[in-house]
Amino acid sequence: MNLSPEDRALIEACQAGLPLVPQPYTQIADQLGMREADVMQRLEALKTKGAIRRIGIAPDHYKLGMVANGMTVWDIEDAQAEGLGALVGAMEDVTHCYLRPRYMPLWPYNLFAMLHGTDLAEVEAKRDRLKSFLGDAVRACDVLYSTQILKKTGLRLARKGAR
Amino acid sequence: MELDETDLRIINALQSGFPVTSRPFARAADQLGLREDELIVRLAAMKDSRVITRFGPFLDAAAMGGAFCLCAMEVPPDEFDAVTDQVNGFEEVAHNYARDHRLNMWFVLATETPVGIGEAAARIEAATGLPVYQFPKLKEFFVGFRVAA
Repeated sequence: MNLSPEDRALIEACQAGLPLVPQPYTQIADQLGMREADVMQRLEALKTKGAIRRIGIAPDHYKLGMVANGMTVWDIEDAQAEGLGALVGAMEDVTHCYLRPRYMPLWPYNLFAMLHGTDLAEVEAKRDRLKSFLGDAVRACDVLYSTQILKKTGLRLARKGAR
Repeated sequence: MELDETDLRIINALQSGFPVTSRPFARAADQLGLREDELIVRLAAMKDSRVITRFGPFLDAAAMGGAFCLCAMEVPPDEFDAVTDQVNGFEEVAHNYARDHRLNMWFVLATETPVGIGEAAARIEAATGLPVYQFPKLKEFFVGFRVAA
């Protein structure tokens, strides 16, 4: 998808965050020399096209006390993986859930489900629940705990001049 | 900062959607049983204390022609710090985590084009002399982060 210069400018203007004022879209419109209605229409269109996944907030898991995170990985037979993945993704405990490729023999796991908790024991309890839910469909499984955040930056549009 | 039950309700409600309308805080506040100014003050406090890391549109790299890819490496422990510096030095590396597995370094590549993923992975392999395993998502199942409120 190619963004028009206007859409790109709009996304860049929103990137640092929507202003916390009663009429944030008016403020962004003023900044860009657009009309408020135009800003809102463009945002809706970008959502419809899928360029914007959602408008909302992202919390810091650690600040919410969810300090332990485990990437649980499962080897599920391909025929069952999509159906079970959809169920796992809908579970309250699971924050991210994906199907990904295997690398045999190093990596037999195709279903990834991220679990968070206030401590390791909570994550392990959630993992046990997930394991019993998946039952016989599990051929092998593992969990990878993050031991350190080495780098964390969000997705940003590259500055136009830098491309 | 101490979060109360109202803060947690705000976090849960506004993760999935913030309205696009002339007075969006008023509408969101209404649905939460709050006043517009109260919601704005609480959001500002949570942003200041970094409980909320971002507030606004979340972009889909793929829909915009770009790409994301989870990658992993098996890094010899005695080279771990040096390889971390090398990998983090690539601007395409958005997140990088150490994890307790043979594959002990997991990072996300974000590039403006799909071919950029393979190119960045190849440059990381060349710089480190280690294979980069790519784990693109074949399917994503949604996703939200709910806190007990």
